Amino acid sequence: MTQASAANAANTDGATEPNFVARTGARLAWYAALRVRAWTLSRLARLARLARLARLVVVAIVLLVPRAAHADWAEVRAHGELGWGGDLQGGEPYVYESPTQPGVLVGFEVDIAQALARELGVRAKFHQNDWSNLIPSLERGDFDVILNGLEDTPARRSRLRLSRPYFVYGETLAVRPGSALRALADLGGHRIGTLNQTVAQELLSAHHAEVVLYEGQQEPYLDLAHGRIEGVLLDHVIAARYGCPLPELRCLSKDLARGTYVVAIRPTEAELATRVDAALSHLIQSGELRAILEHWKLWDSRQDELSARDTVATAAAQAASVASASSGVAAPAAGIAKRALSGAQLALFFQGALLTIFISVCAFGLALPLGIALAVVRSHAGPVARFFATAYVEVFRGTPVLLQLYVLYYGLSSVVRLGPIVAAVLGLGLNYAAYEAEVHRGALNALPRGQAEAAGSLGLSRVQVLWHVLLPQSVRIALPALTNDFVALLKDSSLVSVITVVELTKRMTIVAVEARDWVVPGLLCASLYFAMSFPLSRLSLWLERRYQST
Amino acid sequence: MIRISGLHKAFSGTAVLGGVDASVEDGKIVALLGASGSGKSTLLRCLNGLETFDRGSVEIGGFSLQPGSHDPGVLQAVRGQVGMVFQEFHLFSHLTVLDNVTLAPRIVRGTGRAKAEAHAHELLSQVGLAERAHAMPRQLSGGQKQRVAIARALAQGVRVLLLDEPTSALDPELREEVREVLRRVARGAHDPSGAALTILLVTHEHALAHELADEIWTPAAGQIVSKSEPKKH
Repeated sequence: MTQASAANAANTDGATEPNFVARTGARLAWYAALRVRAWTLSRLARLARLARLARLVVVAIVLLVPRAAHADWAEVRAHGELGWGGDLQGGEPYVYESPTQPGVLVGFEVDIAQALARELGVRAKFHQNDWSNLIPSLERGDFDVILNGLEDTPARRSRLRLSRPYFVYGETLAVRPGSALRALADLGGHRIGTLNQTVAQELLSAHHAEVVLYEGQQEPYLDLAHGRIEGVLLDHVIAARYGCPLPELRCLSKDLARGTYVVAIRPTEAELATRVDAALSHLIQSGELRAILEHWKLWDSRQDELSARDTVATAAAQAASVASASSGVAAPAAGIAKRALSGAQLALFFQGALLTIFISVCAFGLALPLGIALAVVRSHAGPVARFFATAYVEVFRGTPVLLQLYVLYYGLSSVVRLGPIVAAVLGLGLNYAAYEAEVHRGALNALPRGQAEAAGSLGLSRVQVLWHVLLPQSVRIALPALTNDFVALLKDSSLVSVITVVELTKRMTIVAVEARDWVVPGLLCASLYFAMSFPLSRLSLWLERRYQST
Repeated sequence: MIRISGLHKAFSGTAVLGGVDASVEDGKIVALLGASGSGKSTLLRCLNGLETFDRGSVEIGGFSLQPGSHDPGVLQAVRGQVGMVFQEFHLFSHLTVLDNVTLAPRIVRGTGRAKAEAHAHELLSQVGLAERAHAMPRQLSGGQKQRVAIARALAQGVRVLLLDEPTSALDPELREEVREVLRRVARGAHDPSGAALTILLVTHEHALAHELADEIWTPAAGQIVSKSEPKKH
C-alpha cells in the first residue's frame, strides 16, 4: 500500500491542487509510518538512516515532480485514451483476469468500458486501484472515470459527476439456513458482513446492525458459512457468484433494496460527463448494453429500469432517509463541504488506538517467549530440534505477514475457527516470533563464552546456565532491538484490517472517506501512532545507553 | 587427591597434551609454571571437564573422568568439588557481587538464601570486599573482580581450587591485592584445623609460584618435564 501511495504522491501537483499542502501532510503521515524492522543490533542504525533517507527522497519527489494536468475531454481525445479505474480484486464478473489467458482482462465492465470508449472515439485503458480508494484516486487524476460497481448515492452525487446507470442491482441478504433474518429491519444488533464503502454498509449502519467490513467478496461468505457472522448484505451480482452457491448458505429471493451502478467523473469535467451520458444512452437504446449484460448472464427484470433512469429507486436514498429519520446515527456522507469529525468519530478513533495497542501487546507477548524459545533451541539444542526451529524462522520470516494472516483466518477456517482478534494476535505473534528468535540468537551469541564456562564450572546444569546466567544477560542486550520491533509491530498491526479487525488505520480510512477528508483523520491517526511509539523509542534509547555502559 | 594418568589431548590434530602423568596429594599446592602455549591451561580445563580429552584418565574429588564427552551427572558432581578461577574473571554482569557468590550454592546445592548469603558475606570479608557485597561487577576494579571470582569459586565448599592465570589480566599495581588473597587462601589450605583444600595454580609469575606452592611443575611440549621444590625466600 505504501508503494502505491508513493507512486501516487509523485503525481500530485501543487499548482492545480488547492489543498496540496494539506494533502502532502497526510502523505507524510503515511511515510512517517514507514516501518523499520531490524533483526540484528548492528543493522539498527543503518536501517534507521536508510528510512530517514527514503523519507527525504519521497518528500523531494512530492515537492519537485510536477504532475500532468488533469485530463479533461480535450486531453482524453488528444491521447485517444479513456482511463478507467477499477479493482481486479472485485473479481468475476466485473473486471478480472481471464483464467485461461493470464494478463488479459475480461468482465462485463471491460465490455462496457470498451463500448463506451468506442462511442467516444478513443481506446479504453484500465487502471488498477484499491476499490475503497477509487474516489480519492479519481479526484487526484489517476484516471478519467470510475467504472467498477460504483453505486449511485446522494453523497457521491454531491461530490462527483455520476452518469446515468448502466446496471441495476438488488441488495441480497445471505444467511445460514434457519436464520430468522428477513428484512433490513430485522438486522439491528446482528453481526452482518459487507464490503467497505458500499451502500449496503450505509444501509446496515442506518438499521443499527453490527457491520463487519471486508475487502474481498468471498471472505464475508466464508465467514458466514463458518459462523463468524450472521448474514451478508451485498449486491445480487456478488451474492449470486460468491455466496448463494455455497451449500451452507441461503439467499433471500427478495431484494432488500435496489440501486444502480454508475460511471463517476470528476466534477470539473462537464463535457466528458455529458459525452459519457450520451454514449451510455446510445448503448442502451441500441441494445448493445443489453447484449453485453446478456452475454454475462446479468440481464434480468431489474434491468428494465435502465431505460427509464429517473424512475430508478436507489437503495442509497432509502438508507439516507432511514438514517436521517433515526436520530443519533450519523447519516451517510451527504452535503458538499468536508465535515468536521464528530465526537463519536473521535471516540471510535481512540477505540481503534486501544485495539491497536491491545493486539500489539498480546502479539508481542506471544512473540517474545516463543522467539526466545526458538533462539535457545537454535543455539543450544540437538540437530533435529535445531532444524525445525530454523525452518520455522525461515518460513515465517520469508513469507509476507499479510499472507500468513489470510491463511490463518480464511485458509484454516475449516480446521480451526479463530475469531478475528485471536487470529490477528496469533498471526502477528507467530510472525514476529521469527524476528525475535533472530534478535535473541544474536544476543546469545554476543555473550562471552566465559559466562557459560564460569557458570558450568560452578556446577550449574545446562538449563540452569541458560536460565540464570545467559538469558538474563542476552535479554538485556536485545532490549533496544526488542523495543524497536515492538514499534514496528504497532504499525504492522494495521495489516489485520484484512481480517475484518477495525483498528486504528482502518478506522482512519473509514472516517476519511465518510468525512471526505484525509488530512485531519490522517494527522490524527499519525499522531496517535506517534503518541504510542515515541515513548517506546525513548525507552529504547535509554535502555541502550544504560546497558551499553556496562 | 588428583591423579592424572597418560592424559592426551589434541586440538584439530595438533597435540597439546602428550601423555601427562602427575598427581597431587590432598591439601597440597601445585604451581604449573611455564610459557604460554605449553598446554598448562588446557591441562587445568581437562581437570573439571571444561575440555574433553582423547586418552588417559583423571581422578579428582573422588570422581573419575574418562576420554570423550562426560556424563552431565558426573560433571556436575565433579564441579561441586572443584572450583575454578579464570584469567578474565567471568563475573555474571547482571548479578550483584553477593548474588555472584550465592548463585551456585542456592541453585545447585539448594542452600537457603539467608544461609548462602551469610556464608557469602564471610567469604567476601575474607577477600576484603565485605563493603562491596551489593555493588555490580561493572563498578569494580579488575583486582576486586578477581577477588569476587575467588570467593565465588570457594562458595560451595570445594575440595579443589583450579586457578588459571589469576593475575595475568590485571594491571601490575592491582596484582598485589589478588596475591594477598591467594596467600590467605593458601594459608587456609595449609591450616591443619581446616578442611584440606588442594590448589592447582597455573601462572607465569615465578615469584608467586615459588612463594605459594609446595611443588612446581614445568610443562613443555605437552608433558610435565620437571617437578621441583619451590625456592622459598
